[in-house]
Amino acid sequence: MLHYAQEQLQGDYYTRAFQAGAQEDTLILNMGPQHPSTHGVLRIILELHGEYILRAEPVLGYVHRMQEKMGEVKTYPQYLPNMGRVDYLHALAWNWAYVLAVEELLQLEVPERAEYIRVITCELNRITSHLLWWGAYLLDLGAFTPIMYGFADRERAMDLLQIITGSRLTYCYYSFGGVTADLTPQFIDGTKEFCKYLRTRLPMYKDLVTDNMILRHRVDDIGIIPVDMARRYGVTGPNLRGSGVEHDLRRNTPYSIYDRFDFEIPAYEECDALARYLVRMDEMEESLSIIEQAIDSLPEGPVTPPKMPKVIKPPKGEAYGAVEGARGVIGIHVISDGTATPYRIKLRSPSFSNLSLFAEVSEGILLADAVSILGSLDLVIPEIDR
Amino acid sequence: MNIAPELIHIAVALAAIAAFIGLNGLVLVWLERKVAGHIQRRPGPYEVGPWGLLQPVADAVKLVGKQLVRPKVADPWLYWSAPLLSFTPVFLLFLTIPFGPRLIGMEFNLGLLLILAFSGLNVLALCLAGWSSANKYSLLGAARAVAQSIAYEIPLLLAVLAIAFQFGTLNLSTIVHHQGPMPWQWNVMTQPLAFIIYFICAVAETNRAPFDLPEAESELTAGFHTEYSGMAFGLFFLAEYAYIIVISCVATVLFLGGWHGPGAPGFWWFLLKVYALIMVIIWLRWTYPRVRFDQLLNINWKWLLPLALVNLLLTLIFVKM
Amino acid sequence: MIKKTPKQSTLQGIKSLFVGLRVTGHNFVMPQITTHYPRQEVDNLVTYRGHIELVPKEDDPMTSKCILCGQCAKACPSNCIELVIRKEEVEPPPAAEAQPDADKEEAPPKPAPKKKVKRILEAFILDYNLCSLCGQCVQTCPVDSLEFSTNSYLAGFTREEFVFELLERMRKKYKASSSG
Repeated sequence: MLHYAQEQLQGDYYTRAFQAGAQEDTLILNMGPQHPSTHGVLRIILELHGEYILRAEPVLGYVHRMQEKMGEVKTYPQYLPNMGRVDYLHALAWNWAYVLAVEELLQLEVPERAEYIRVITCELNRITSHLLWWGAYLLDLGAFTPIMYGFADRERAMDLLQIITGSRLTYCYYSFGGVTADLTPQFIDGTKEFCKYLRTRLPMYKDLVTDNMILRHRVDDIGIIPVDMARRYGVTGPNLRGSGVEHDLRRNTPYSIYDRFDFEIPAYEECDALARYLVRMDEMEESLSIIEQAIDSLPEGPVTPPKMPKVIKPPKGEAYGAVEGARGVIGIHVISDGTATPYRIKLRSPSFSNLSLFAEVSEGILLADAVSILGSLDLVIPEIDR
Repeated sequence: MNIAPELIHIAVALAAIAAFIGLNGLVLVWLERKVAGHIQRRPGPYEVGPWGLLQPVADAVKLVGKQLVRPKVADPWLYWSAPLLSFTPVFLLFLTIPFGPRLIGMEFNLGLLLILAFSGLNVLALCLAGWSSANKYSLLGAARAVAQSIAYEIPLLLAVLAIAFQFGTLNLSTIVHHQGPMPWQWNVMTQPLAFIIYFICAVAETNRAPFDLPEAESELTAGFHTEYSGMAFGLFFLAEYAYIIVISCVATVLFLGGWHGPGAPGFWWFLLKVYALIMVIIWLRWTYPRVRFDQLLNINWKWLLPLALVNLLLTLIFVKM
Repeated sequence: MIKKTPKQSTLQGIKSLFVGLRVTGHNFVMPQITTHYPRQEVDNLVTYRGHIELVPKEDDPMTSKCILCGQCAKACPSNCIELVIRKEEVEPPPAAEAQPDADKEEAPPKPAPKKKVKRILEAFILDYNLCSLCGQCVQTCPVDSLEFSTNSYLAGFTREEFVFELLERMRKKYKASSSG
């Protein structure tokens, strides 16, 4: 027989703090850290009245791995593989944000071809991220089949990325001043084929899911995030564009060579889950068009800078690298004190901001809608906790 | 010894039904997974036996072998009686269904009423399971199950009643006899609306996707059977499939001409129709997302119930004319 | 471009339900796309980057290209590389010493010949338990003496099985290829 102290039976600190504010005749439900729809170890404490949510409080930190502290004890290149682990779905964007910051510190010029390769691979990675979100979101809404179709297509993109990066998920492909491996003809042909193939699959997705009446009723007018609320919480990425703000770092502060491509920033003004859903579906098409343009105008040349310092010791200073990830603005602030290890690294993860508004947006909604909203925010839990 | 021949007949029928449920349960589990696999472009079970045919047997053995766990605070009597209560009425449901011209457990004038009455017991089982588990997810699942089942029972009854009015009987054999062998002689032609209403309600009654709210995985983890393990869960599982077979059988009897069919009538036509319906139900599950709870009730009270009433009224006018 | 989400009428909605059934029905009759693993294998294993292996010299397959600089061990973020180096004192070859001296007229008094220390790679230990497959070691290697293996079906029961001695592996591999 197990014996618990009275205090333990009442739950941990978060539960007790949450319970203190409970009203009469309500149910405190602990959703997570192990729950099918939190996709990882996110925990949400809910106060329910029937099936209506009165209060919600996300509890974080179950996969906190001290990514920022790790940056302070490793050298600059040694910290590179960490980036793929922060957000395993759009690893290359995190790679990019970090090398962008360090390149600014080092005043490194990135060769033209390497920039193109970065754009191609990052957009390909964005597509894989959105495909997984699409499948997982539909799984949250109770449809089992879409995730299998999404994964089938995602596998193809991951096969392509494996050709040049050698891994399938936690990429560590960009290096300071370039990329670690050049594109192969196999990759280029495969990517061209993949773009054509995915364009034939997207209408099928629309038929099966986007136009489906039941899905429409599950996401239409659910989880409205007005623009001012989005701004208050620092929401970025597709979630902000779903609230009718055309904000995209690729367009607003074009890093790398994004100003050379012709693409649209999809945004919808409804602020609901459907708008966020459609933004991501449109974004996949835009990413395909960027990839095609980049492959068509891919220049020849080296993929690493001609002169690389042997030991990377940036001069004293600070740099901020920000890129548009699949979930929003990924920002990395690196402070150098002139040694081979960074003095401080700050990771700004978009999912953290996106999750923060959940407590406010979920007041007074149904439990089923909370799942729908949580899915529409496209959270990656390791990115929240870092 | 002087045992009435009816009693022997019923005893034999019950034994046959037990075999029928067991066999069909296994086949359905296999079929469901196989269809799901092929819809998702994967093979489904294929390791155990030819085409994975023995997979459900292996699963059943696993379920029987697992430990039965009861939460410490759960009410033991209610907790253990719920799966039994869910499963045992299933035997009675098959008793009055005419599988073939002579293949029937018990000729009973109120056969339809018997099926409807005993299928209602399932709700009680789900309610007890959810209540006695002392789990919040189970409780929410049970509340959903009760609200859903009670709501959908009404249009289902009204749709069935239209057929009963049309022929003036609740005897299932008589209803089958009134239909002919050809598809245009079946009741689905004269009562298409009743068939659609019955089918939607039946899917909702059996808690199948897209109406699988009591066990909505992404919201309530597993709903009312969250705490059940081993064969206790297995009984719920088997009962769910048995109810799918029952509603398909009733739909076949009432709307699709029962064992009638072009060429030689017989139980093969009956089984064919039943399995066609089951395939459609499986197909639905692997295609649609889940509806939300208030939407589910809205569909019922705002659409199905008025439509069923109108249908019943039209049937009455038609019958009286 | 800020768009409006397209609205759907009830009739379109009901039609969409049948369209959805058509899509899944179509996929039902399409061939499978999965790889049945134990009987089949995926075809892209050549591009997989597994743990590292030492590259042998072209002329001598029993010794590696490694020059024992230790850059890889330093670059590794998780300290999973360990070089075991044996130091051997080697007498300088006298013939090489004598030749240049002969040309000079006034040879200074010979200093005692410095004993050269030759460093020999005894073992190259990779603790694959800690490796995160980042590839920093391969990138930093100045003589390309490290390469990725394509061993993606690696499995074992204990931690110790994943501590590899790469030099031994390299030699074994050569022996297996030359004998087989």
